[in-house]
Amino acid sequence: MLKTKRLWWVLALGVFAGFPLVVTNPSYQTIAFYSLLYMACAASWNMFSGYSGYIALGSGVFYGSGAFTMALISIHTHMAPGAAMFWLVPVGGLVAAAFAVPLGWIGLRVRRHTFVVITIAFFFIFQNAAINFSFTGGTAGLNLPFITWGFSYYDLPFYYVALGLVIFIVILSAAVRRSRFGLQLMAIRDDEDRALGLGVKVAAVKLTGFTMSAFTIGMAGAVYAMFLGQIYPQFAFDPMFDLSIAMMAFFGGMGTLVGPLVGALILESAQQYLTVNFSNGSLYLILLGGLFLIVFMFMPQGIVVYVRDTVTKKAAREKAAVASIDLAMAEGSET
Amino acid sequence: MNVTALIDAAKDGILTGSLYALMATGLTLVFGVMDIINVAQGILVIVGAYLSYALSVHFGIDLFLGLLITIPTLFVVGIVIERAFLGRLKGPEKTAMSILVTYAVSLVIEGSLNMIFSVNPVQLHAWYVNKSFVVGGYHFAFIYLAGFALAVVLLSALYYMLYRTRFGVSVRASLADQASAALVGIDVRRVSTICFGIGVAVTAAGGMIYGATTTFNASTSYDLISRLLTIIVLGGMGSLGGAMLAGVLLVFVGNVVGVIAGAVWSTMAYYVLLIIVLLVRPQGLFGKQSARVA
Amino acid sequence: MTTLLSVQGVSRAFGGVQALNDCSLEVEKGSITGLIGPNGSGKTTLFNVITGYVKPDAGAVMFDGQFITYARPDDVFSRGIGRTFQLTRIFGQISVLENMLVATQREESWLRGLTRSKSSKAEVETAMEWLDFVGIARLADLQAGALSYGQRKLLELAYVLVADPDVILLDEPAGGVNLTLINQIADRIRTLNRDGKTFLIVEHNMEFVMSLCESVTVMHQGTSLVSGTPSEVRNNPLVLDAYLGGGEEVEEEEDASQGIAHG
Repeated sequence: MLKTKRLWWVLALGVFAGFPLVVTNPSYQTIAFYSLLYMACAASWNMFSGYSGYIALGSGVFYGSGAFTMALISIHTHMAPGAAMFWLVPVGGLVAAAFAVPLGWIGLRVRRHTFVVITIAFFFIFQNAAINFSFTGGTAGLNLPFITWGFSYYDLPFYYVALGLVIFIVILSAAVRRSRFGLQLMAIRDDEDRALGLGVKVAAVKLTGFTMSAFTIGMAGAVYAMFLGQIYPQFAFDPMFDLSIAMMAFFGGMGTLVGPLVGALILESAQQYLTVNFSNGSLYLILLGGLFLIVFMFMPQGIVVYVRDTVTKKAAREKAAVASIDLAMAEGSET
Repeated sequence: MNVTALIDAAKDGILTGSLYALMATGLTLVFGVMDIINVAQGILVIVGAYLSYALSVHFGIDLFLGLLITIPTLFVVGIVIERAFLGRLKGPEKTAMSILVTYAVSLVIEGSLNMIFSVNPVQLHAWYVNKSFVVGGYHFAFIYLAGFALAVVLLSALYYMLYRTRFGVSVRASLADQASAALVGIDVRRVSTICFGIGVAVTAAGGMIYGATTTFNASTSYDLISRLLTIIVLGGMGSLGGAMLAGVLLVFVGNVVGVIAGAVWSTMAYYVLLIIVLLVRPQGLFGKQSARVA
Repeated sequence: MTTLLSVQGVSRAFGGVQALNDCSLEVEKGSITGLIGPNGSGKTTLFNVITGYVKPDAGAVMFDGQFITYARPDDVFSRGIGRTFQLTRIFGQISVLENMLVATQREESWLRGLTRSKSSKAEVETAMEWLDFVGIARLADLQAGALSYGQRKLLELAYVLVADPDVILLDEPAGGVNLTLINQIADRIRTLNRDGKTFLIVEHNMEFVMSLCESVTVMHQGTSLVSGTPSEVRNNPLVLDAYLGGGEEVEEEEDASQGIAHG
């Protein structure tokens, strides 16, 4: 079981690593790049919100801060355009994490559904600030050092950096799941007060998870800014981003490792494909919303969980096991 | 700083604030009764505005007269949404899931509106939309006054329904405690559906006035919904009175800050106000005291 | 005998309802103490005060010679007070074994949780032993939400035990379970008590309480009415009064105090 699982991961990695070598059409490579970027973001989001049940809808704050960190530092230090700029990716993550600490401290004091709304408020504060402060370039945006490593394979380095980011986040996410910390996050999701009563330091655990997820989303934002070569506050801080990654994670299966990756891969590549081929954003909105509703109605736990449970006949197995113990207990007492 | 401008801003803030109060009351009612946060409320306001637009442009129906059609229409839309999707929500993650589900609904509506009406912003027109008159030296825009009157009438009707009718008793019982309400024989499911219908129906009135005071397209809904959410959190989620007060307060503060510090800061003011209040009172101005220890 | 846990003159009001009114209680080390009283007499609220979920308006709680009146639930737990809930509370979306592991770390710093795996081999073994003790070891890998009601009760008992608390507060352990299971739970409690665990038990099932407890405290309208051995309590006229007369006026309180559960 464990072996076949590992095999699937290796296989998937091979497909992703080989993809741009086989499919050389630049517009498909761009689609693939964005899909990876959103896989990274959905998996990061899941690392906190999926595990803890605290739905954050202001992740754009961290994506945007990462993007602006990349832009501002590379511009103001007059960096030579090129691969050296990738060193700023973790810096973008750190800046995002630095924002996450005070925001999380304020936001995580309240109940779960208020938290959702507070994260939205944070988002709009940041978006407003970015549009109105002059150092962000305002609505005119900022131009990053222009990278010229030959147009025909412009996407390739970005693609592999994004792939690396996804791998990093998957490993981190898996590590969280296996750690005591991850267990505590999931206990908080299931019953926070009970977890507190069993010695879990809920406030510290939540803030740590929130900050970790901000860090990796910030890194993705930095890669995004570098790839585009120019950023605008209204796109770096995009409300659609917040909701999209949450929906992608749900779509695939919230709280699972693979779910958010699958969700992001399907939905983001669909969006990019529609945008490239039909340049029709409205169609995507309908598709995204409609697909989500269909999945919600028929597979309320997400695609991955649904498929897994169906294949392993989970419900039947559980029922049998539970019944057999109940029976054993009833009989055991008669003797 | 100009004192007249300040008073104007304060006065308009109260007038338009009442309208936000109306729309937010619908939202907080739904939350209180069903534990559902309906983020589609923003786009439904736009639907209300577009309905009024279509009626007036294509059929020459007056904006206010049109409400007789748009309010029941949105009531039905609300019931359909509730029956189709929201009734399925249950369990501890109900509230969080409701946000994603209603957002998905809102995306479908947004995409459809873009296709039907295009993304070019429009505004509602009627001969009275830009009329204003002077009382005691101050200008009063007719549409603001009409909006205020409409909000007062509808809120009064809502309160009458809640406090003077048998159905209202069921709603208030469900607001207080759904489980106990069900125990004493209240059909909470039916109450929920109707409340959701009512919560959505008020967007028809809100949307009409909104559309007459500003240009709009489907994506304007993001600004609307974020304001409405801010209002209900500030007022205390599930508190009708809180939503009304917070609605007026937010727009009032936003307008006044706009005059003092510039329009740029007016939107910012909402969110900053919200965060300050939540730091002091995590449950909002009139929220039920949560006994959570954390 | 020494007093392990004592509640001294605790009062607490919810809105206008006085849920606890100058309530006192002593639990001897190594004893099984019962806490009984009509619905709404404040038993669950008292549990909530002891375990730190509800702050008292007045009075004090002392455990093992130290005041824990205003300690938070995680602190109370790490000092060695374990507790089950009337409405059984397990972590539904993680496995049965993982439920056990949540409670394993009693005094571990939260930072440690970041760097260690969710369980050591020894912890899993201990967890499995306790699961076996309550008879659901074969369900260890199941998602806890799939368990039957009785199994949930057993799991909750087991995961409180795994942290090795000194005193265990049980809120209606026999509530809503069949007779066979009630007897099994009583057996387990006796076994544990023999091994030195102290119990404080809220229960409506009189037979259960009277057969198990060596000392019983009766609560009425938020205050402790009588304490003594089961037979003393049974024959006390005040107790009869409490059960037969009134008590309904504070019916809502039990809901209010359970309410924090969902907050």
